[in-house]
Amino acid sequence: MAQRASTASKKTTQVSTQVVKDLHERMVRIRLFETEAGKLMEAGKLPGFLHLYVGQEAVAAGVMAALRDDDQITSTHRGHGHAVAKGVGFRAMYAELYGRATGACLGRGGSMHINDLSRGMLGANGIVGAGVPIAVGAAFAARYKGEDSVAVSFFGDGATNIGAWHEGANMAAILGLPVIFVCENNGYAEFTPQSGHMLLTDVADRAAAYGMPSVIVDGMDAVAVHRAATEAVARARAGAGPMMIEAKTYRFFDHQGVKGLRHPYRSDEEVAEWKSRDPIDLIEARAVADGTATRAELDDVWRRTREEIADAIAYAEASPLPDPADLLLNVYSG
Amino acid sequence: MTTISEAPAVAPNAGARKLSYVKAFNEGLAQAMREDENVFVAGEDVAGYGGVFRMFDNLLDEFGPRRMIDTPISEAALVGLGVGAAARGLRPVVDLMFMDFIGVCLDQIVNQAAKMKYMFGGALSVPLTITTASGAGLGAAAQHSQSLEAWLAHVPGLKVVMPCDAYTAKGLTVSAIRDDNPVVVMLNKVLLGSVGEVPEEIYGIPLGQAHTARQGSDVTVIALGRMVGEALAAADELAAEGVEIEVIDPRTVQPLDTETMFASVRRTNRVLVVHEAVTFGGLGAEIAAQIQDEVFDYLDAPVLRIGAPFSPVPFSPVLEKAYVPDRARIAQGCRRLLERS
Ligand SMILES: Cc1ncc(C[n+]2csc(CCOP(=O)(O)OP(=O)(O)O)c2C)c(N)n1
Repeated sequence: MAQRASTASKKTTQVSTQVVKDLHERMVRIRLFETEAGKLMEAGKLPGFLHLYVGQEAVAAGVMAALRDDDQITSTHRGHGHAVAKGVGFRAMYAELYGRATGACLGRGGSMHINDLSRGMLGANGIVGAGVPIAVGAAFAARYKGEDSVAVSFFGDGATNIGAWHEGANMAAILGLPVIFVCENNGYAEFTPQSGHMLLTDVADRAAAYGMPSVIVDGMDAVAVHRAATEAVARARAGAGPMMIEAKTYRFFDHQGVKGLRHPYRSDEEVAEWKSRDPIDLIEARAVADGTATRAELDDVWRRTREEIADAIAYAEASPLPDPADLLLNVYSG
Repeated sequence: MTTISEAPAVAPNAGARKLSYVKAFNEGLAQAMREDENVFVAGEDVAGYGGVFRMFDNLLDEFGPRRMIDTPISEAALVGLGVGAAARGLRPVVDLMFMDFIGVCLDQIVNQAAKMKYMFGGALSVPLTITTASGAGLGAAAQHSQSLEAWLAHVPGLKVVMPCDAYTAKGLTVSAIRDDNPVVVMLNKVLLGSVGEVPEEIYGIPLGQAHTARQGSDVTVIALGRMVGEALAAADELAAEGVEIEVIDPRTVQPLDTETMFASVRRTNRVLVVHEAVTFGGLGAEIAAQIQDEVFDYLDAPVLRIGAPFSPVPFSPVLEKAYVPDRARIAQGCRRLLERS
């Protein structure tokens, strides 16, 4: 019988100093990657669409810190944070945003399609919900090959309304596959609030329909996400089957792009309230308060990351454009 | 194939009011909703937000939430809602945002909407309109840029229209809504802001009737959707070289008005078909085959097709530009045809 594994407890959790620092660094890397990408977009340097992840960093960081390199993830249209946290390099990512030949997709994919097989990043996805069954397939392959890696599928609240999501969840459950379904519930699907697209308050309730346990966590608290993910991963690795984590979070920018921040669909007060719970501020305040890290150490992470990002942007800008003569590259193999 | 001979109810007249393509679509939709109480609109972010391409701006204010419905991200259920409602006599307009998303609801379009009248022995009809945005050019990459008209035109029971400008965006939309069959209206993303003369009154453009966008004696260019504008630009370029191109806009690709094309071929004796979609298996193949079936004797050169290479749509602007056919390639194609004959 399916059970809600309970709403994760709010008590301060016993995670090592090293883990807190790791979570912090992953979040800073995402934040800076994203805010710089936003600036480049505003400056007219990037073509295409840009769905920024800022605000949701605790989810990617918390989950990815519980994974090994050989664990696989599938991502969404809002995929930069997942890629960065999984260890995809800044150079390949920026080069892709610029449409350069050195990009993660050789300039063929852009923001919505970044992937890196060497990091177990099975791709951002332009089709809502499409990554879910793919993660199920990746988990199937792991078990088939006798490996103990797991697969994690990230998706938004809105994506759980799509057929592929339900079919994927049921398939994972019935086959007992090592998949972790991570719902990043930021309260909106584009401009539609959750209350406008489902009657549930908790997306996690959907897991029960497939006999899958679920847990709800504070998606602004990287430590809480990490704890839930660690448990879900251990469970899946041990062969206990899929599980769902619902992280309640928020995106600070608009659905797409940076400009305008036109959000008549959400109030300024609501945005401000969530911003006051900035996941990076939270972890920094806690780390300093409990002596996990000094302010100087935290600042150093920002500084180092800034340097790395400046290098990656310079690399992207200096990279060659793809050659139109190679238009048919990789349409087929062999 | 079908030819409907009535002329459009209202022709664009010089000096008429100018409107953008997307506003023309919006006006036609609003007028069709006023005309028929059974018309309603459903889709993701169409009501409260007015659609991600602003296609549905202001309609919620006028028509209210009974007729402007925001739905979850559930395209199969969305199209199915339209099919069921249409079967019960409503005239749904269902929006799929990006054409690529038909991938997640193709069953409802192909196996349900398209076949229902046939399988019910004609006892009902499915007056469903599906609106969507197609085409490359925005750096939207492989899953947000496709032109999949050939998939749909291949299915008996569906109609497919491809407006090339503001005037046709409005007229074809109105006709799609008034039509008793499932009709897919493929708006083009790059054209959304393009401005043209649009009559203020409601008018329909007959489905299945091609339009001769420019008359010429040397080569017939049959262009779909956005390629009409490119073909007209190529015609200007060639006119300077003394070559007169006739440009035919089918407007509807299913049903396809081949008679207008045949008549043109009989005059020019050379044909080039151009579309944004991948050349292989594209509508160019169908059009070329029909031309060689019916007016082969009039041809001075083999029918030439121009389309996209056999590849997904690339992201990088330099690749995307090389991928999509343009005026230069069309002009080049016309020159080649003239050299061969
Ligand atoms: C099948 C499909 N339908 C619609 C879209 C357009 N679309 C892109 S993102 C999005 C909203 C997704 O909401 P959610 O899953 O909650 O993720 P979030 O954007 O909040 O991160 C929509 C409707 C799409 N890309 N694919």
